[in-house]
Amino acid sequence: MKLVYFAWLRTRIGCAEEEIELAPGVENVAGLLDWLKSRGGRYAEALRDLSVIRVAVNQDYVGREHPVREGDEVAIFPPVTGG
Amino acid sequence: MIRVQREDFDVGAEIARLSVGNDRIGGVASFIGLVRDMGGEDRVSALTLEHYPGMTERKLAEIETEAHRRWPLDAVLIIHRYGRLEPGDRIVLVATASPHREAALAACHFLIDWLKTDAPFWKSEETPSGERWVEARAEDDAAKRRWTPGGS
Repeated sequence: MKLVYFAWLRTRIGCAEEEIELAPGVENVAGLLDWLKSRGGRYAEALRDLSVIRVAVNQDYVGREHPVREGDEVAIFPPVTGG
Repeated sequence: MIRVQREDFDVGAEIARLSVGNDRIGGVASFIGLVRDMGGEDRVSALTLEHYPGMTERKLAEIETEAHRRWPLDAVLIIHRYGRLEPGDRIVLVATASPHREAALAACHFLIDWLKTDAPFWKSEETPSGERWVEARAEDDAAKRRWTPGGS
């Protein structure tokens, strides 16, 4: 699975994207975020307040219950500020 | 038409091109977003726009399709820049063309409201106290909701 990070998520985690192997038992976005947090360090710090985190799976905004699978592109970022 | 680019654009030329060869068009509405410096302690010397290549184009195309679905439009143009910009620089151009002014004006307003909450861009500002990421504003979500049936 490819993870991509934007804005302050990218700077706090310290990378723009990474390949991960989906951990056993991780089935949806909520599970993935919890698993990422459990990696500790920069991840725990960057994902401390999940209320300001938005997620897109395969380039569509999704909710926390949306399933995640091997091969997905999952983007994690703060609320958008364009325009 | 959607364009996501680093370069500046020529507002006059872009708007003129929108109606060329189509005499049905009775009005063209436009919105141009600029980099702003409010001065004082919030002085902004520059901002950098980051985006999600691929998803950005996809979301903008969805928004454009939605505008066509809601109003009788003959042409839509959205140009959004990314990269480092300075106060006064253009960030975004939204232009809509229709036989009637109501449709052109409403669709233009709709597009910029939706773009602010749906297009995956993020702004980082350079200020006297360092770089800071711009936070999303509740007002922008409220502005988008006015286009949703039952929303306000």
